[in-house]
Amino acid sequence: MKALLFIAPLLLALAACSDYESNVSSGNREGILHWGNGAEPAELDPHIVTGLPEHSLMAALFEGLVAKNPHTLAVEPAVAQSWQVSDDGRVYRFAIRPSARWSNGEPITAEDFRWSWYRALQPGLGNPYAYMFAPIVNASAYASGELTDFSKVGIQVLDTLTLQVTLSNPTPFFLQLLDHYATYPVHRATIEARGAIDERGTRWTRVEHFVGNGPFTLKEWSLNKAIVVAKSLTYWDSDTVKLKQIVFHPIGNIATEERMFRAGQLHYTYDVPTAKIERYRVEQPELLRISPYLGTYFYRINTRLPHLQDIRVRQALSLAVDRESIVSYVTGAGELAAYTITPPGTLAYVAQPIAGFNPDRARAQLAAAGYPNGAGFPVTEILYNSSEAHRKIAVAIQQMWKRELNIDVVLANQDWKVFLAAQTNGDYQLSRASWIGDYVDPNSFLDMWIEGGGNNRTGWSNAEFEHLVLEVAPSAATQAARYDAFRRAETILLQEAPIIVIYTYVSKHLIHPSLRGFPANIMNHPSFKHMSLHRAEPEI
Amino acid sequence: MLRFILGRLLQAIPVLLVVITVTFFLVHSVPGGPFDADRAVGPAVMKALNSYYRLDLPLWQQYLHYLGDLASGDLGPSFKYPGRSVGEMIAAGLPATAELGFYALLVALGIGISSGVIAALRPNTAQDYIPMGLAMIGICMPAFLLGPLLVLVFGINLEWVPVSGWGGMPGDKVLPSLTLGAGYAAYVARLSRGGMLEVLSQDYMRTARAKGLAPWQIVLKHGLRGGLIPVVAFLGPAFAGLLTGSFVVETLFQIPGLGRFYVEAAFNRDYTMIMGTTILFAAAIIVFNLAADVLASALDPRLRQSRGGGQ
Repeated sequence: MKALLFIAPLLLALAACSDYESNVSSGNREGILHWGNGAEPAELDPHIVTGLPEHSLMAALFEGLVAKNPHTLAVEPAVAQSWQVSDDGRVYRFAIRPSARWSNGEPITAEDFRWSWYRALQPGLGNPYAYMFAPIVNASAYASGELTDFSKVGIQVLDTLTLQVTLSNPTPFFLQLLDHYATYPVHRATIEARGAIDERGTRWTRVEHFVGNGPFTLKEWSLNKAIVVAKSLTYWDSDTVKLKQIVFHPIGNIATEERMFRAGQLHYTYDVPTAKIERYRVEQPELLRISPYLGTYFYRINTRLPHLQDIRVRQALSLAVDRESIVSYVTGAGELAAYTITPPGTLAYVAQPIAGFNPDRARAQLAAAGYPNGAGFPVTEILYNSSEAHRKIAVAIQQMWKRELNIDVVLANQDWKVFLAAQTNGDYQLSRASWIGDYVDPNSFLDMWIEGGGNNRTGWSNAEFEHLVLEVAPSAATQAARYDAFRRAETILLQEAPIIVIYTYVSKHLIHPSLRGFPANIMNHPSFKHMSLHRAEPEI
Repeated sequence: MLRFILGRLLQAIPVLLVVITVTFFLVHSVPGGPFDADRAVGPAVMKALNSYYRLDLPLWQQYLHYLGDLASGDLGPSFKYPGRSVGEMIAAGLPATAELGFYALLVALGIGISSGVIAALRPNTAQDYIPMGLAMIGICMPAFLLGPLLVLVFGINLEWVPVSGWGGMPGDKVLPSLTLGAGYAAYVARLSRGGMLEVLSQDYMRTARAKGLAPWQIVLKHGLRGGLIPVVAFLGPAFAGLLTGSFVVETLFQIPGLGRFYVEAAFNRDYTMIMGTTILFAAAIIVFNLAADVLASALDPRLRQSRGGGQ
C-alpha cells in the first residue's frame, strides 16, 4: 500500500510535464519538416557515403547537373540548365547555370565539376560508388589506378560554364547517373583546407566548415540526435523551396519511430513495422503509403556445387516456389510476386517473365535431373542473415520444397557480416539476397551477372548473356534494340536460374497529411525542394 | 586507505591490458570485415580502405600500432563513421548516457531502498509481500516491455510526456529514467530488505530499542547504515553499467547516448569502436567497484580494519 505513496508524486510530476507542443504542430506552423531518417549517417561527404539515410541527406544538401522529376523520375535541368548530345550519343556538352551558387555564395563552374569528379575517382579515397562514372572514357581505369593521367579521362572544361563529357558507348541512362550523389560537386577550397584530395573523413562536412550547393544547407549535426538543414538562400531555385528547415531524425528502431509518429513527433517515417500495417490499412489508410520499389528479393544458388550445377534442378526449385502465397501470407505488406529480376516499372522496359508456380513441371524437371520424387537429393541449406522476416520466408520455401519436391532443406542464419563474407567466398548453397537499382534501367539489374562480377557470387556465367549485356545493348542504335538485347539476356538468366526471384519490394511509410509535394516514385527519391507543409490539416 | 586505493589502481593496469589484448584479437578473428557490404566494393576501393585503416598489415603490427595510439590517448578513427574518431563519439554520447544513468540510479535507490526497508520492518506480512512482489515483477519485466508500456500509457494515451527524445522537450527524461531505473530498483529493494532483516536482529538494535529511541531513529540512524552494505556492493557494477549506457533504453527512447555503440559496433565490425567501448566499460567497472569498496569500508568498521585503513 505504501508503495502508492511513492508512485503518486511520480504520477503528479508526469502530469505536470504535459504542456508541450508536438513537432508536427510546431513544424506545420514554422515550416519545419520532421523526417524519420533510419540510422545515423556515416558521413555527409557524397563521395564516401552509401545507404538510404545518407541518400536523403545528400538530396537536401547537394545537387547534380540534373535532377529527377519527383512524379515521373524523368531527368530535368538542375545545375546544368541545358545540354547537347552528339549524334553518336557519346559526347555530352553541359551548360552550367550562371545563377548556380555554392552555399557560401560563390558561383559554380564547370571546373568545380571536373575537380569534384577528379576527387571522386581518386583510388585512395575509397569511393564505393566510383563505378557510377564507368560509362565515361577511361574513368574506370583511372579509378582502379591503371591510368594515372587524369587528362585522358573523358571530362573536359570547355569554358567557365561549359563541361564536356565523352562516353565509351552511348549510354541512355547516363543522365540519370548525374543525379546520383557520387557525381555531385563538392567545394574544392573547403576540402583542400581540411586535408588532401584523397583523404577520408576530414572535417569539411562539419557544420562550421560545410559548403554545399543544394536547396538546403547544414545547420546542426548532433550525433545520434538530429541533423538540421535550413533553406539555402544562395540556391538558384530558392523561390521553389517552401520548407524553412528539415530535421532528420536518426531513428534506428522502427517501433520507436512508429510511436514517435503517433505522438506527432514526425511527419514521415523511414519504415513501418510489418505488424502495424494491417491496423493502419483498416483504421487510418490515409496515413499509410505503400508503393512499388526498385528492388528485388531473391535467392542466390551456388552453381559451383555438383547437385546445383544442373539447370533442371535449379529450374525445379524455382518452379516449386509459390510466390503469390509468400507475398499474401508471409510478407504481407503489399509486395509483388516477382517473375523477373528487373522490377516492373523500369521505364518502358518489360522483361519476359519466367514460369510461375508449377509443381508438376518442377517434379518432372527434378526427376529428369536424376532425383525422382526427390530421392537421393542431398540435404541443402538455405542461408540468410539473422532476421525474423527472412526466416519466415525461408521456412515457407522449405515447406513448399518438401511438399512439392519431397526434398529436405535446412535453414541457417548468420550475423550480417559473416553472411556477407560467406556469400562472397561462395561458402553457401542457397542464400537470401536482394538488389536495389542504382538507376531506372535494366542495366542496373543485369550487368551484375557477368562472370567474376563482384555482385554475381553464384559462380554462374553465360557467354551469350555477356555478349548481349556488354556488347549488343551498349552499341544498340535505338532504345528499342537496346531493350530487346536486355530482354533476351534476362530471359537467359531466368531460364538458367542461378537465382530464384521471389518478390519486388515495396517502400512503406507513414506520412502526415500536412506534408504535400511528395509523390510516390519507384526510387522513393525525395525531392525536398518541392515539399511543403500545410497547417489546415487536422491533428492525427 | 590511500595505499589501498593506489594498490587497486595499479592492479587495474594489467587487467586493462589483458582486456585490450583479448578483445583486439577476438574481434579481428571474427569472420566478416568492416567493409564487407551487400553491394560489393571493387578491389581498388577495398585496397584503399584496408591501407587507410592499416588492415593490410600483419595483425601483430596492427596491435602494436593500436597500443601506441592508445598510449597517446588516441582511440583511433571509427570504421563505420569515417569523419569521426572513437574518442569524439564516446565524448559526444557520454553526457546523455551518464545523465540517464544518474537519474535511473536515483529512481533505483529511491524506490528500491524505501520499499526494501518497509518490507523488512514487518516481514511475512502484506507490507512485505506487496513491495517484494512488485520488485519480483520489476526484475522479471525487461526494459523492452516496460518502456513501450509506459510510452503507451503516459506518452500516447494520456499525452503527459513525450514518447522519445532527450532534453528537447520538457519531461522527456522521465520515462527513460523510470524504465532504466525500474529493473535496478527491484534488485535494490530485495538487497536492502535482506540487509535490513539481518541488521534488525542484531544486538545493537535491541540496545537502541531498549534506550527508548523512536522507531524511525532506530531504522534510519542505526539500521540503514549496516543494512545498506549489500546494496553498496551491488552499486559498483550497477553504476558502471548505468553510466556506460543501455542499448535497449537508449534505442527505445531515441537517446543520443553511448549504449547503441556497444551493439552496433559489433554488428558493423567497427573494430576501433568495439575496442573503445570495451576499454571504457572495463575502466568504469574497475573504478566503480573500487568506489563501492571504499564506501562499504566507510559504512562498516570491520571492513576498514581488515584493509588496514583505519582504527
